[in-house]
Amino acid sequence: MDILIGGILLGGTYVLMALGLQLQYGVARIMNLANGEILVAGAFGAFWFYSGFQANPFLALIVIVPLAFILNWGIYRYLLSPLVRRAKSRGQLEVDSILATFGLSFIFVGLMLAVFGGEYFSYGYLERAVIVLEQPYGLNRIAAFCASAALCIALVLWLNHTRSGLALRAVAVNPTAASLVAIKVARTSALAFAIGGAVTASGGALLSMFLTFDASIGVIFTLKALIIVILGGVGEIRGTIVAAFMLGLAETAVASLIDPGLTLAAAYLLFIVILLVRPQGLFGSRS
Amino acid sequence: MSGTDKRNFALAAMALAMAALLPLFDTGYWLALGVSLAMYGVLATSWAMFSGPTHYISLATAAFFGTGMYIVGGGVEILPFPVLVVIAAVAGAALAVLVGLTTMRISGVYFVIFTLGLAELIRQVVTWVQTTMGSSSGLYVLTEITESMIYWQLLLLLAVVYLVGWRINRSRLGLALRVIGNDETVAAHVGINTAKAKVILFVISGTVASVTGALLAPRWTYVEPTIAFSPMISFQVVIMALLGGVHRLWGPLCGVIPFMLLWDLISAQFPNQTTLLLGVAFLLIVYLIPNGVVGLIESRLKRRSSGNG
Amino acid sequence: MLEVRDVTKSFSGLVAVDGLSFDLAAGQIMGLIGPNGSGKTTVMNLLSGELKANTGQIHLGNREISKLPAHAIARQGLARTFQIVRILPAMTVLENVAVGGVFGHARYWGPGLETRALEMLARVGIRHLSQTPATALTYIDQKRMELARALISDPEVLLLDEWLAGLNPTELTDGISLIGELRTEGRTIIIVEHVMDAIRSLCDHCVVMNSGRKIAEGAPAVVLSDRAVISAYLGDDDA
Repeated sequence: MDILIGGILLGGTYVLMALGLQLQYGVARIMNLANGEILVAGAFGAFWFYSGFQANPFLALIVIVPLAFILNWGIYRYLLSPLVRRAKSRGQLEVDSILATFGLSFIFVGLMLAVFGGEYFSYGYLERAVIVLEQPYGLNRIAAFCASAALCIALVLWLNHTRSGLALRAVAVNPTAASLVAIKVARTSALAFAIGGAVTASGGALLSMFLTFDASIGVIFTLKALIIVILGGVGEIRGTIVAAFMLGLAETAVASLIDPGLTLAAAYLLFIVILLVRPQGLFGSRS
Repeated sequence: MSGTDKRNFALAAMALAMAALLPLFDTGYWLALGVSLAMYGVLATSWAMFSGPTHYISLATAAFFGTGMYIVGGGVEILPFPVLVVIAAVAGAALAVLVGLTTMRISGVYFVIFTLGLAELIRQVVTWVQTTMGSSSGLYVLTEITESMIYWQLLLLLAVVYLVGWRINRSRLGLALRVIGNDETVAAHVGINTAKAKVILFVISGTVASVTGALLAPRWTYVEPTIAFSPMISFQVVIMALLGGVHRLWGPLCGVIPFMLLWDLISAQFPNQTTLLLGVAFLLIVYLIPNGVVGLIESRLKRRSSGNG
Repeated sequence: MLEVRDVTKSFSGLVAVDGLSFDLAAGQIMGLIGPNGSGKTTVMNLLSGELKANTGQIHLGNREISKLPAHAIARQGLARTFQIVRILPAMTVLENVAVGGVFGHARYWGPGLETRALEMLARVGIRHLSQTPATALTYIDQKRMELARALISDPEVLLLDEWLAGLNPTELTDGISLIGELRTEGRTIIIVEHVMDAIRSLCDHCVVMNSGRKIAEGAPAVVLSDRAVISAYLGDDDA
């Protein structure tokens, strides 16, 4: 039972980072391998606010989210869209964007190492135990989960009930057709990429409330976010949410039943099984 | 064999012979650099043999490299070194077959992540096995093998890689890979078993990386998972191969030599900024020299010849 | 030569090909026609192995090919061109054609390969362009090159997927006469085409599809005046 609740709490915070990547890959069609670093940057932002100004992480979001939005918009506009224009084929674009975002991820890691150093960071906010079904859980975990759920719901509502959300979904399904109905594909892609980055960064800020992190941990989260996106199906918001919980559960189960050192191995095993059994993801349809 | 082939062979043999003389002059810094050059030369060339034509970016180098190294580390007290190298080759090939068969049907992005995770997966499992089974997380590799011997072995391996690459380029397999790189659908419809061709190349490059790891194990007397499976190895191989150019057999080596020399200088100057610098190097290559040094040279030559003619 | 039995293919609920059966005798040229979206291209993709049928069998000669992957079908002797021409952009015209003769039904290598590829280029009338990069060709010449790539493997059955589409009137006449020559060579061909003149002048036999089903079959002249066929193309009110 504590595995179940622990898994759900963990999965709830994974949802945000995976949705961020999903927006970037599903709409802008760029596999952003620096996604994990954006998340870690969000975590450092929250840490910095907490230790510098005693500001609580939720308030820090007010600053982190717009900053991440602008940063990611800039990345797409000035670094990635030239690649989109230059690419002769989809394969070429894929290779170029993989390499460019890898480069970016190294640069981010390097910068964060330079600023914060190589130590592990954590801070104690809301470190009280709350009893749920006779088991204690950190209040910070529960608060992070609730905030994450609220942000998720807001994002899904925005996607489903606004014009710009509709434009995003249209580009995700078919960029060519979207451009035929007067949707500005380049602008929509940039918007999706920026929002995706902001969502990921807020996920990082929330994760930092209960997770110890360091400057070079980002790649692990990129891997996890990717596994979730593929597990749920590319372009499937519902699938992403379900998959995030599945990963959270699987990791918690392995960590408490076998060894905490094997969580990534567990995630990876899940990934292999999906690729073999259902490469289009749980909710994706075969193209 | 044509005239140019003969000339190229003679040139390559001469270069190899000259490189082999290095340990006679210096067994300190320059030999250490020579070992690194040979190691990355082998890894980058074999990487490009697979990734160049297929456009699949493999980050599994560290997984194979580490596997080879660990096989030597684990067996060095039980079996003679050459036997261990053979075992490493077989294990690398087997691992590559497994990975190849599961991943060759999936698209490029998934493949990148899959291969990146592979090294991490093996590292976690090895660490876990070592800590639950034994005492320490590392292995001692104590042998009589000197650095000069490692260097010569690597040069020999490099020569073998070049011969294999040269043979493949002239074979049906080489043509098949070029077609796959151009258009995989056409490839399948002219009768090419695309999955098989890709797996064969992946196996070759995985085997070579595993053997390289095995040969290098005696260089470190103490082998740890974090060294053997370091993702840095995979990234550096990718960047050097791309810097040189992946559409020619000799391209990666043109990237390895300048990169290693520069990298040595820079990382000595800024030991704490290596990650940042590696990132900058990635971006510079993608934006400024997408076809590598070889691509630059070739387009320069073409321009000159068209200017004259 | 080719035998299609009760083949069905659906894409997440949409039935693209529904219980289709037909036979193709050696030396015959069959036209596969029907309005847009009737499932013709899906049939071509099922035959060449690009797609796998949900149910039903396809036999080439006396071998079942419906379970084989595309490359194995090509080796059994089925070659095709694509609706939207597919060239190998980084290769010359000669290389583009040669690759068809290396891995397929007929296999060449070494000097024999080049001779054979040049023969095929001459056959489709672009021998003089053999050293040109494939990307530099005009559209019709790219289509010719693609045809040569299919012919070099000496296929038992040749699939031409809208090979005449997008050609101007002069090119169209050339194209039709080229396929006509293949017919006199005794090749077995399936053509998917919207150009009805080509169907009338080239085909011995026609299969008409609508919404995934076969609605008529027979000689072109007969089939094209069939009421069901006319209403499929033009709508019921006109019939």
